[in-house]
Amino acid sequence: MSLYYTQKLLFQLNRDPATVGRFKRDLEGLLAEYELTEEERCAIRGPDIGLLYVMGVNGQLLMHFAALCGYEWSAYIEAMREGERKYGPVRTGLYTRAEGR
Amino acid sequence: MSLVFAGVCSHAPGITGRKDRADPKVRDAFYAALERMRNAIEGARPDVLIVIAAEHFANFFMNNMPAICVGMAEHYEGPIEDEAWLGIGRHRIPGAPRLARELIQEVMNDIDLAYAQEWKFDHGIMVPLNFLTPRYDLPVIPVNINCQGPPLIPLKRCYEFGRALGRACDARPERIAVVGTGGISHWPATPDSGRINEPWDREFLERLLANRREELLSYRDDEVWREAGQGGFEIRTFIAVAGATKGCTGELWFYAPIPIFAVGCTVAVMKLRQT
Repeated sequence: MSLYYTQKLLFQLNRDPATVGRFKRDLEGLLAEYELTEEERCAIRGPDIGLLYVMGVNGQLLMHFAALCGYEWSAYIEAMREGERKYGPVRTGLYTRAEGR
Repeated sequence: MSLVFAGVCSHAPGITGRKDRADPKVRDAFYAALERMRNAIEGARPDVLIVIAAEHFANFFMNNMPAICVGMAEHYEGPIEDEAWLGIGRHRIPGAPRLARELIQEVMNDIDLAYAQEWKFDHGIMVPLNFLTPRYDLPVIPVNINCQGPPLIPLKRCYEFGRALGRACDARPERIAVVGTGGISHWPATPDSGRINEPWDREFLERLLANRREELLSYRDDEVWREAGQGGFEIRTFIAVAGATKGCTGELWFYAPIPIFAVGCTVAVMKLRQT
């Protein structure tokens, strides 16, 4: 389970311009520095915003990663909905569906 | 001198970042209430503004998450977010390191705190400052209460933190304003963004503004999560203000759900005895 490191990479991207530079020029080298599963690496490479959401990435991190990847607000919201349709309910964390929601 | 102003307001990034997509009538009424709060703060002539906020992984991450952290930097910078995305340009904001250090020392008689001499403000502080101190010239002491995810500090500890902070301010010669900022019910950054539980919000605001401690502290996190969303954890910031103003009631200046802002937009002010 390396959701923590997926989120840590997004945390660094949100606050460190040098990491953003590496994300754009040396993505594989950047990914190699974090303990990630192949599914997580694919979701970041995509980017697959819907899959990252379903994996349980915190929205306060994902929201800015989506913006960095060029997602307009409505497209970002739709990408999360599409992720639920494609991959099923959120697997872990704060966004697992509450009863009756 | 003690506190010269205390209030609460919303901080959602859509308030500035998606302002063109809101109903102009409701949005402008909300902005007018924030302007009224700005005037009230200026009228109170504070030397410093304490902002009790809930930040969103701008500085603090799960590798070392403080329950409560107080800033004692010379200056701060924000927003950390993309300026165009948030609709707020980057600014340097003066800090109040000496006062912060002494307040932290005093509060630690009752509550353990972390401190930070480096802090980049995210929307949680920048959105309020954009309206309340738009020249960014009033020294700020930021406070972060972890509201992002469990384990979360219990509500009673937030209230006690507020009490300790209020007492520490009472012992100071400076004129100190405090603003708590957070959402009430909301589901930010999820497919349910825009969902708002207005009856829940109004009930919470009633308890807050009556400053009924036991009722405020009776919320359970699992209930909050179910009925007010994960964003509802941010009631901690408002409860800290209730603690800081124990014995005072408050007045609601504005409340209206604005779904594109993803929160029930709120402006409320506590009626301090000396003002």
